[in-house]
Amino acid sequence: MYFVVAGGGEVGYHLSKALLESGHEVMIIERDRKRAVWIEEQLGSVVINAPADEGRYQIQAGCQRADAVLAVTGDDEDNLIISQLAKLKCGANRVIARVNNPKNEIVFKAMGIDETLSSTRVLMGVIEQELPTGGFMPLMPLTGSHLELIEAEIAVGTPPAGKAISTLGLPTGSLIGGIVRKGEILHAHGDTTLEVGDRVIVFAPTAAEQQVREALFGKTPS
Amino acid sequence: MNIVIVGSGRTGAFVAELLDQAGDTVSIVDVERSAFKRLPALFKGSPVLGDGTDMDILRQAGVEKADAFLALTQGDNRNLMAAQIAKKIFGVEQVFAKVNDPIRANTYRGQGIFTFSRTTILGTLLHAVIKGDKTIGPNLMRAAMQHDAELSAELPSVTR
Repeated sequence: MYFVVAGGGEVGYHLSKALLESGHEVMIIERDRKRAVWIEEQLGSVVINAPADEGRYQIQAGCQRADAVLAVTGDDEDNLIISQLAKLKCGANRVIARVNNPKNEIVFKAMGIDETLSSTRVLMGVIEQELPTGGFMPLMPLTGSHLELIEAEIAVGTPPAGKAISTLGLPTGSLIGGIVRKGEILHAHGDTTLEVGDRVIVFAPTAAEQQVREALFGKTPS
Repeated sequence: MNIVIVGSGRTGAFVAELLDQAGDTVSIVDVERSAFKRLPALFKGSPVLGDGTDMDILRQAGVEKADAFLALTQGDNRNLMAAQIAKKIFGVEQVFAKVNDPIRANTYRGQGIFTFSRTTILGTLLHAVIKGDKTIGPNLMRAAMQHDAELSAELPSVTR
């Protein structure tokens, strides 16, 4: 695949290096001359020394034929404008933006940039996965939908323990996609009874996350 | 009118002063506290310390009730992000953004944001004056120079 990487900072450089090593094609747009020269020394002729937030340099980098434009500078406002220009000026097939402040994910979505990656959120996800308590983990948003993937572990004394899935009162539009029991995957049907220690994989509308949480863990005392 | 300005630089503080004197309710946002020193001593509006691309800071500045929004920081992209938040998330009627790159200014003009480029405005004005344009050039120049004179007159004269 062919990627245009806007911004050759730490993230842009290592991302490009990894993509090249997996056999993909890459063109990096880096504003800083010294940095661009350094990247060229490391990775070869895969750099344009120019500001990525100008349409003509995106075009020069081949954004029209790229499989994706990746806006990965350290500044959210730059990533937003780079992404929008890639869509408006380039008609880019796919744009993925790095969001440094997780609060800006909403802003990017409102501005037509649906695919965002927040390093803060990714790290939080990893940390939450490692934490033994809670048992409720939003794993990831599903691209191009308002759905997300949630993993939850059925705990002692929670409403679903020993109950059939159809009786849980999961919100409309959500679905248990599978159950991991003792390391094995089970199909989930309406009449499947959940046991303590089961890990369920739920597809749910992002907006209904709280209702899923309540269906699986009961109402949180407030 | 309720007006929110992002960026208390030379332009931002100047427009804030004009609007404040005209009786409008002005909030002005800047990340640097020292930037508010550019506001006049008798400024009746509210300085708000914080990032003008942060929705919570903009709410604090009253963007939800704003009739007009002006993004006047030094960064084109920061201005465009702040302006789009005002327009698309808070639905502010009139949204202006200073965008010095003329091409980017033109791209976002089609998106409901009144963008203007200092480069082309100043260039067009100078061109008009030099070429003896009878209307726009002299009028705008006269108004601008009058503001310059007023600002200079406000400075206390130094006695030795």
